[in-house]
Amino acid sequence: MTAQAISVPRPEAGSSDGPRGGGFGSLLRAEWIKFRSVRGWVIAMILAALLTIFLGVFAAANANIGCQINGGPPKSGRACLPYIPHGPGGEVVTDSFSFAHQPLTGNGTITVRVTSLTGEHANLASAQRAVQVGSGLVPGLAPWGKTGIIIKRSTHQGSAYAAMMVTGAHGVRMQDNFTGDTAGLPGAVSAAHPRWLRLARSGDTITGYDSAGGTHWTQVGTVQLTGLPSTVQVGMFATSPGYTVTQNSFGGASNSGGPAQATGVFDHVSLAGGGPSGTWAGTTVGGGGPAGAGPGPGGGGPAPFTRNGGNYTLTGSGDIAPVTPGPLGPFPTVTIGQSLAGAFVGLIVIVAVAAMIFSTEYRRGLIRTTLAATPRRGAVLAAKAVVIGAVAFAVGLVAAVVSIAVGVPKEENQGQVLLSAPVLTEVRVIIGTAAMLAVAAVFAVALGAILRRSAAAITIAVVTVVLPFLLAALNVLPAGVGDWLLRLTPAAGLAVEQSIPRYSQVTTVTSPIQGYYPLSPSAGFAVLCLWAAAALALALVMLRRRDA
Amino acid sequence: MSTAVRTPPAQAMATAAARGASLRHALHAEWTKLRTVSGPAWLLLGIAAATIAVSTAAVGATHCPQNLTCPVDTTKLSLTGIQLGQAIVAILAVLTVSNEYSSGMMRVTLAAMPRRQAVLAAKAILLAALVLVAGAVAVFGSVLVGHLILPGHGFTAARGFHPVWLSYGPTLRAACGSVLYLGLIALMSLGVAVIVRDSAVSIGVVLALLYVFPIILSFIGNEHWQHRLERWTPTVAGLTIQDTTGLRSLVITPWAGLGVLAIWAAAAMLAGGLVFRFRDV
Repeated sequence: MTAQAISVPRPEAGSSDGPRGGGFGSLLRAEWIKFRSVRGWVIAMILAALLTIFLGVFAAANANIGCQINGGPPKSGRACLPYIPHGPGGEVVTDSFSFAHQPLTGNGTITVRVTSLTGEHANLASAQRAVQVGSGLVPGLAPWGKTGIIIKRSTHQGSAYAAMMVTGAHGVRMQDNFTGDTAGLPGAVSAAHPRWLRLARSGDTITGYDSAGGTHWTQVGTVQLTGLPSTVQVGMFATSPGYTVTQNSFGGASNSGGPAQATGVFDHVSLAGGGPSGTWAGTTVGGGGPAGAGPGPGGGGPAPFTRNGGNYTLTGSGDIAPVTPGPLGPFPTVTIGQSLAGAFVGLIVIVAVAAMIFSTEYRRGLIRTTLAATPRRGAVLAAKAVVIGAVAFAVGLVAAVVSIAVGVPKEENQGQVLLSAPVLTEVRVIIGTAAMLAVAAVFAVALGAILRRSAAAITIAVVTVVLPFLLAALNVLPAGVGDWLLRLTPAAGLAVEQSIPRYSQVTTVTSPIQGYYPLSPSAGFAVLCLWAAAALALALVMLRRRDA
Repeated sequence: MSTAVRTPPAQAMATAAARGASLRHALHAEWTKLRTVSGPAWLLLGIAAATIAVSTAAVGATHCPQNLTCPVDTTKLSLTGIQLGQAIVAILAVLTVSNEYSSGMMRVTLAAMPRRQAVLAAKAILLAALVLVAGAVAVFGSVLVGHLILPGHGFTAARGFHPVWLSYGPTLRAACGSVLYLGLIALMSLGVAVIVRDSAVSIGVVLALLYVFPIILSFIGNEHWQHRLERWTPTVAGLTIQDTTGLRSLVITPWAGLGVLAIWAAAAMLAGGLVFRFRDV
């Protein structure tokens, strides 16, 4: 037997590759031929793609929970969808608040003093029953209940805005266009500790200031609202998202909270600038309460703002914020990640094949031939990892593209609001899923080389990725523990599937089922890569030290 | 040896006594095989260690602050480790069969004992017995950990939490049921391994059976499919045996849930037995 015959299983494979023994290229070629000539492995890889697509589309097509609007007949599908405003950035938003406003033409400045922010919410003990805002309320202010001043393009939901506000538990904030959020003065507002707020418009630029005493002003932030028309709406607002107590303490489904409203009291209201200095008009933007929580106070009529001399009192319900997945949102939502649920099955199949790459050679004794032909054991390990990683990447890419292409339209027919992601994010989710499967496969190859037993290698690779997700999603463990599992174990790599950003200004139950992972996509993927690298390093040491 | 090979099953030794003898011999042979390699012992130890470790971590990380109501099933929480322990049970069960196939030992075994049902029965009995013992240690350790730690974390009787201990009926049921659960997982895995033979493929199939259904369940909201999955899938239905709170909202009662897993295990063993009986080695 010549060295050439050993290094390449089939004569024709080596012939094109020049020098006998070959470099890393011919090693790759040899490993690729070994892989593709095992019919079971090829079938398994096709099966991995098909199962991923099938289960993903199944999960996407059965996200439906149906709905019942205002005691009417049960509905399902698109009939459930309320009007869904989109913000200037294209994201799905909630834009419901009580608004005392007047037009402002050209540049101008609004200044107010807020002396009180209080809230009421549905009694959580009776929240299981259909509770509407305005009936059976108990005092209590949601952490992100908010009141303040706002400059908004129009009273249409989703139009561009910049606002200065006081909040229930997060001090003074400047927010703009639903996603922007900057902290101002900390602490709660009260008659003894009032908050002065000011918004100044200059062209497209809006600057927010706050002050504790009304004399020394601090600039909180500056935002550009591009394309702002000459005449905008300026005024005072109040609103409050649903009230929750123990969110994020146990899994996802604990307290979904009840509808809430916030009441703000203003004085020292002054408006300087162009336009007719008219009277304040009242509008309930978005018709009052959040969708799904019943009509709010006023039910779409004039906003309940009252004026008593120089004092203004506004009461509102809803929110001015992006919609996030989860039970606390104004309507049921899905993300594109839902149609990737099948990736877990694909992972199990791919990992099973990957773990066999080494253990089969050990069982059949082929490893001796392989290592006799290529004594550089590191190169053998690398070639196997590259081949299986590339195959897993290709399988994952096809499966993810088809799952999303077929699954997402099905999700949109579910009567749940699809929180669509920008195209670049979708691309990252798809490529990330494929890369995650590839790295998990490399992890399994290394485990197979370390353990030489496929059963143990497969179990470790599957369990370390799947079980942390399952435990974090099952609502058995407290959310904090589940988060740590998803930070430290190879399951961190699943973070590449997160398509919706985490907004600190929205109270959200951040369960992995809702598509939220504790690490950013790149950090989570890096954790998975570290595990694979560590396993590869250990495998290299073992391969070199042990006899074959 | 030669007589054993020549004797066709169910002719010469059709009497019940002979069957008993062959099962006894098969059990003895399987026991010898198991105890003379170190793998099974380590895996049995691993079942107990992994289960108790995960349960301890889950219990240790869960607190119930004074001013909150905690929707926690303390018994189920204490038995969290079963989620990991079952994977090691699956490895043990799969290797019991597939190791013999991969090494060619199965030919020797069946040449020595042509009565294949007896061989499979012996494997199943021995495996189930060992897993039940390891499972009992694992579950008792987990319950003990819950019993010792949880009251200090705010889950006190004064706040309406039953002590996690075997004197409380539902906890006793959950504990005994969890031991049986592991035994049934072992039998289901054994059946799959007999059908599939290859260890890697078998373990892949078993892990998919164990973990994929709960994940799919958590992603879908359609009630019809949710109820179907909760009623009929091996791990979701089977693990209802651990529930001690909110029993009314379960779509299947705990014992019926364990029964569903028993059906899966029986079906796998039956299919495995038939394949084993009529297939060449």
